[in-house]
Amino acid sequence: MQAILALEDRRIFRGKGYGAKAECYGEVVFNTSLTGYQEIFTDPSYAGQIVVLTNPQIGNYGTNPEDNEAVRPFIEGLVVREFSPISSNWRSQQAADEYLERFNIPVIADIDSRALVRHLRTHGVMRGVISLIESDTDKLVAKARSIPKMDGTDLARVVSTKQRYSWNQGPIVTYPAQATKELDPESALHVVAYDYGIKQNILRMLVDQGCNVTVVPAETSAEDVLALKPDGVFLSNGPGDPEPVTYAQQNIRKLAGKTPIFGICLGHQLVGLALGGKTYKLKFGHHGGNHPVRQERSGKIEITAHNHNFAVDPDSLNQSEVEMTHFDLNDSTLEGLRHRTMPLFTVQYHPEASPGPHDSHYLFGDFVKMMQEWKG
Amino acid sequence: MPRRKDISKILVIGSGPIVIGQSAEFDYSGTQACKALKAEGYEVVLANSNPATIMTDPELADRTYIEPLTREYLEEIIRLESEMKIGGKFALLPTVGGQTALNLAVELADSGVLDKYGVELIGAQLRAIKMAEDRLLFKDAMTRIGLDVPKSALVNNLRDGIEFAGKIGFPVIIRPSFTLGGSGGGIAYNREELMDILARGLDLSPVHEVLIEESVLGWKEYELEVMRDLRDNVIIVCSIENLDPMGVHTGDSITVAPAQTLTDREYQCMRDAAIRVIREIGVETGGSNIQFGVHPTNGRMVVIEMNPRVSRSSALASKATGFPIAKIAARLAVGYTLDEIPNDITRKTPACFEPTIDYVVVKIPKWQFEKFPGAEEGLGPQMKSVGEAMAIGRTFKEALMKGVRSLDTGKRATAEDIEPRRLMQRLVTPHPERLMYLRYALREGHTVKELARITAIDPWFLQQMKEISDMQKEIEKHPIDSVPPQLMREAKRLGISDARLAESWKIGDSKGAAEKVRHLRAKNGLKPVFKLVDTCAAEFESYTPYLYSAYEEEDEAPPTGKKKVIILGSGPNRIGQGIEFDYCCCHASFALREDGYETIMINCNPETVSTDYDTSDRLYFEPLTLEDVLAVHEHEASSGAPVAMIVQFGGQTPLNLSLPLKAAGVPIIGTSPESIDLAEDRKRFGKLIEELGIPQPPGALATSVDEAVKGANSVGYPVLVRPSYVLGGRAMVIAYDDASVIRYMKEAVEYSQERPVLIDHFLEAAIEVDVDALSDGDDVVVAGIMQHIEEAGIHSGDSSCVLPAVEIAPHLLDTMREYTFKLARALKVVGLMNIQFAIQRDKVYVLEVNPRASRTVPYVSKATGVPLAKIAARLMTGRKLREFLPENVEQGTDLETGDCYFVKSPVFPWNKFPGVDTVLGPEMKSTGEVMGVGDTFGEAFAKAQLSAGQSLPTSGTVFISIADRDKDGLAELGKRFVELGFNIVATHGTANILERAGLPVERVYKVKEGRPNVVDLIKGERIQLIINTPQGQDPWFDEQAIRRAAVTQRIPALTTMAAARAAADGIASRQGGKITVRVLQRLHAERVAVAK
Ligand SMILES: Nc1ncnc2c1ncn2[C@@H]1O[C@H](COP(=O)(O)OP(=O)(O)O)[C@@H](O)[C@H]1O
Ligand SMILES: Nc1ncnc2c1ncn2[C@@H]1O[C@H](COP(=O)(O)OP(=O)(O)O)[C@@H](O)[C@H]1O
Ligand SMILES: [Mg+2]
Ligand SMILES: [Mg+2]
Repeated sequence: MQAILALEDRRIFRGKGYGAKAECYGEVVFNTSLTGYQEIFTDPSYAGQIVVLTNPQIGNYGTNPEDNEAVRPFIEGLVVREFSPISSNWRSQQAADEYLERFNIPVIADIDSRALVRHLRTHGVMRGVISLIESDTDKLVAKARSIPKMDGTDLARVVSTKQRYSWNQGPIVTYPAQATKELDPESALHVVAYDYGIKQNILRMLVDQGCNVTVVPAETSAEDVLALKPDGVFLSNGPGDPEPVTYAQQNIRKLAGKTPIFGICLGHQLVGLALGGKTYKLKFGHHGGNHPVRQERSGKIEITAHNHNFAVDPDSLNQSEVEMTHFDLNDSTLEGLRHRTMPLFTVQYHPEASPGPHDSHYLFGDFVKMMQEWKG
Repeated sequence: MPRRKDISKILVIGSGPIVIGQSAEFDYSGTQACKALKAEGYEVVLANSNPATIMTDPELADRTYIEPLTREYLEEIIRLESEMKIGGKFALLPTVGGQTALNLAVELADSGVLDKYGVELIGAQLRAIKMAEDRLLFKDAMTRIGLDVPKSALVNNLRDGIEFAGKIGFPVIIRPSFTLGGSGGGIAYNREELMDILARGLDLSPVHEVLIEESVLGWKEYELEVMRDLRDNVIIVCSIENLDPMGVHTGDSITVAPAQTLTDREYQCMRDAAIRVIREIGVETGGSNIQFGVHPTNGRMVVIEMNPRVSRSSALASKATGFPIAKIAARLAVGYTLDEIPNDITRKTPACFEPTIDYVVVKIPKWQFEKFPGAEEGLGPQMKSVGEAMAIGRTFKEALMKGVRSLDTGKRATAEDIEPRRLMQRLVTPHPERLMYLRYALREGHTVKELARITAIDPWFLQQMKEISDMQKEIEKHPIDSVPPQLMREAKRLGISDARLAESWKIGDSKGAAEKVRHLRAKNGLKPVFKLVDTCAAEFESYTPYLYSAYEEEDEAPPTGKKKVIILGSGPNRIGQGIEFDYCCCHASFALREDGYETIMINCNPETVSTDYDTSDRLYFEPLTLEDVLAVHEHEASSGAPVAMIVQFGGQTPLNLSLPLKAAGVPIIGTSPESIDLAEDRKRFGKLIEELGIPQPPGALATSVDEAVKGANSVGYPVLVRPSYVLGGRAMVIAYDDASVIRYMKEAVEYSQERPVLIDHFLEAAIEVDVDALSDGDDVVVAGIMQHIEEAGIHSGDSSCVLPAVEIAPHLLDTMREYTFKLARALKVVGLMNIQFAIQRDKVYVLEVNPRASRTVPYVSKATGVPLAKIAARLMTGRKLREFLPENVEQGTDLETGDCYFVKSPVFPWNKFPGVDTVLGPEMKSTGEVMGVGDTFGEAFAKAQLSAGQSLPTSGTVFISIADRDKDGLAELGKRFVELGFNIVATHGTANILERAGLPVERVYKVKEGRPNVVDLIKGERIQLIINTPQGQDPWFDEQAIRRAAVTQRIPALTTMAAARAAADGIASRQGGKITVRVLQRLHAERVAVAK
């Protein structure tokens, strides 16, 4: 089946269509992870985005229920060099092709994806359309240009859960040798997690650390959260621009200092703004599983999973209030901060990984310690 | 942490001769390490016995010792070095010289040498090395950190072995401790097999110990390349998935990077495990290779082993990702941390990251069982391949197809080679041709599911192969003149070569078929573009032009307008075409770069220095076929810049392309393709040599059995029979009668009108000589006259030789010089030329002329201190010999070797092929070589023997059996050995003469005479040295029997008087017990001084 990818700057790619015989619109970003396409499909932070995977062979190991990061995929569309018609892995239950079709997501394959990545690298992320229906490229380019810009749109509200729920599932065991610890309800800490587009592995990690988690909608007020008597509050990752998400920033200001807070990705950016800082958009963002990040205190390097187009401007923060704890070694973007007086720290990258290296799992332990100390 | 200032001197140990399991990859890693350490301002001392390496070039270290890699010699080197006054600590880096260096380091530490001289191990601590190398300690460590391993027990005798096997049940894996490439390992399916594998394993293990292990046959096999620094930062450079499941050594498996069939969850588990392993074992800095097995249907993951050093796989990983593991390992060893080291390729980002790639890499091993008749062809836990080719493509399919054609097997697999009856068996048991059978099975309609069940190969890989063969079927439906361009494009995108397309169109063998296809491509505007290997999937801009071709839209590597030279490499290592040729290619590149040319390398061998991205200005990692080479040329020429191509350095592979390349309009510099062809063409060359009045053994051509017999009789028995166009003497025999000629013609060779069989009169009892010479078309300089230590009839690559020649009469040397000059001029040689002479009864014959770089070029360069290949390359660009070697040109003198003797000796892979015939003949069997340097021929010879793993005895019994022609020198030789305290055992004729000379002799039967004969004595370990100069058919067969026995008993067997006398000297110097080592750089310095 013929498929076309049209970019707002008139660059056209023609390839083969897979997944849903449909059309999709979004900001085109590339991800350099070698593994974990299913986690990427289902990461709510990708809402509004068409994802290009630089690994040329996608779909090889199919899909399975365990590797979902949300109840459904959130990418708008997928671009790959080659899409496997069969799936081969002992855990696979459905071919990636069928899986995406089921959720009405179109795929364009068999294009020079490296050329596309180089194009985005030089000209920055841009809007685009994948169509398995329309063949008139002018029409498609026009459509691409009519897509609302990411900047200034609050997508957290859109993807967030509509009602509160509690979560108690721990990490997934994929083979016998891997053991999980039993959690005893006595010492369990209660974490209230804001869902701006939360990845389930974050919840699993918290449970693994011995927490009961209550997930609340993005717009839940600080008062309602405190009413839940949390030992700590978690601010999740999520899609889009943090700036327009003002309600969250206000809630964070109210919560800061009253309860331990840990934020990831969008959560980090919102804290940055709440503390009076500024955010800016990166040229083509960080999306991948191989970013070296330095812990400023120890000088140790973590290989980390990234997925962000926006970042907090370190110069915009009040150094006497906020400590910059992590920086990206590739382009020295700010990747983590900690408040000097209040129990509050955040990271821009993804310690929950999934997909990606596990080097930063320790941060969940840090959060638990922080909560215990606060509890006294 | 910046570099350590307390260290000032670092000893790097190389890996010695090329052997199966330890190949050119350690020249690559060692070279990188030396460069890196020198750049850091350390004083670098290098020890390696292999002269054919770049690392032993004088520029790469401050002091280079080409000496035996044994404890004694290393201790002497360390003693000398520590006596010189040095500014700081003396350190030893043992992790870039393979298993050899690692084992030596352990030996030096255990024997207290390191402590005695205060030498510090860097890169890996003793404790770590032992824990990783001792399979049981390793398994304990794994259990400690909660990782799963196959059940196992360490045994040091048969009984315990059998008992344990009984417990865990067959099949079981047997793996000796401390052997490389799994020597002596195997799979036993029953008690009998267990017995003999166990016996061999115990014998081969230096610690007489083997591991018996639960089988995980058929599981998925993975490797991770891990790096760690002193601040405990750990990164995974690359994941590699073996296409062949567990049970086939990773070195014998087709491997794929990155891993293709693991989810993130599974991959991250493996990554976590790898990090825990390197921490637990305690490899403080540098690279390690960790192997895992994964159960295909339940995901159970076991750790197989760890190599606490750079390895074959890390060389592969470096080439696959562009991340230079050895170079960085060296810098980590001296204290840097990963975040302090920049990534050469992106410049802006640090080396502390995990490379990500947007292409697929496939490595395919190259085997040469055909050279070892009787060798068991099955693949198992012991490595048997002699080389490998790597290919890069945008998809697995493209990479696989490029890899297959990179193997340069001479023939493309076709249906005829298949035996359908054996299909099932050929699919079940892994063997070199399994890919071919898979393709056939797929064509025949066997399903992926079915084949996955039979082969335990992951269905995903089989699916890819199916898609390729489906495409070929589709192509067959459309004849060449009506094939839709779109379909052809898709075929090319799957990596299908023009030659295969031609085949599908049934124009396969017709002349210029591939050319037709090429033109059709051109007509449809179908040509590859070139993409960069950049470590980061294009996320960042990259600066190193490390390129591969793909049928895609965008070309990333516009050619420059500079004047440039393309150098064709030699492809996968193989017997007869090894590292020596890569050495020459690198030197050509270095020289021409200095001369201001843009140098461009094309090669597909990941083990080599030539495929290091900073060896040339541009590296094209491409197959060496006409199609791929032309594509590169066209691309480079498209800038309008002047492009020249060099085919002379890569051995036979590029040489075979020279005429077609020229025909396609590629300007080839150096000796003209016509001359090259002339030298290869029996008839025309014979005529030329006649005109020049140079004697050659009478020869004939045959394209049928009758012609062969006629020919043999006309040239006179014995005869040497062989096919045309071969390197390393594939499939040659010496025949003494019609019967053997007929058998050979019937069984041994494929021949055709354009490829007839060659028949030469065999010069018995002749001394063979190799001559290398430089020529610029006008002037000629003889670089070296190498006297072989075995008689003619033993392939030049398999016989030891010595520089300068000993015991060759001056007038014969002059004759050879004269012939060399004549031939060089007649062939208008520009660059290097190699001639093999044989001297029989005071007469010089030419055996062969190779108007190209030869196997001996690096050895001669090391012995003379003159970089032959560099000069040759410059001559090809029009420069003149007078610029470089004025004296020699003026006075017509050979290059000087100073006051030392240099002996080159071959190394054989017998231990990998139990039961094969170890006899030597005109077909090359050795995989590598070593060099011995000494004040006397004897000392040099003894060292070379030692380096080759065969030490001359210092006492005991010598067996002597001498051909009549040699009997003059016999009495004296006998006396010599008596003086040395040896007993003599001799055959009758020989014994008579010795007794007449008043020497005590014990008589023994020849093999055919009766028993107990000499072979019985050898087997009874009654004999420590063999001197046997055969002549005539019977002795020839005797010699074979004797040699076989000698090899199994590891007893030196000498076949010329020259060798015998050398051995005597060598033994004398060994009895003297004094060990002397020489610094390469100083040898040459002295010589230059002497010359002035
Ligand atoms: N328990 C086992 N069962 C089946 N095959 C095995 C087992 N252990 C090792 N192998 C096979 O043998 C090969 C060589 O084993 P390895 O431990 O890597 O030794 P080496 O040091 O020679 O690399 C491996 O690549 C693997 O394919
Ligand atoms: N006429 C001959 N008489 C004796 N030995 C020969 C003769 N021709 C070749 N040989 C032996 O066979 C070996 C291989 O032959 P050569 O022509 O050099 O083939 P290759 O191309 O493999 O080097 C030589 O090194 C030499 O030892
Ligand atoms: Mg191994
Ligand atoms: Mg030869």
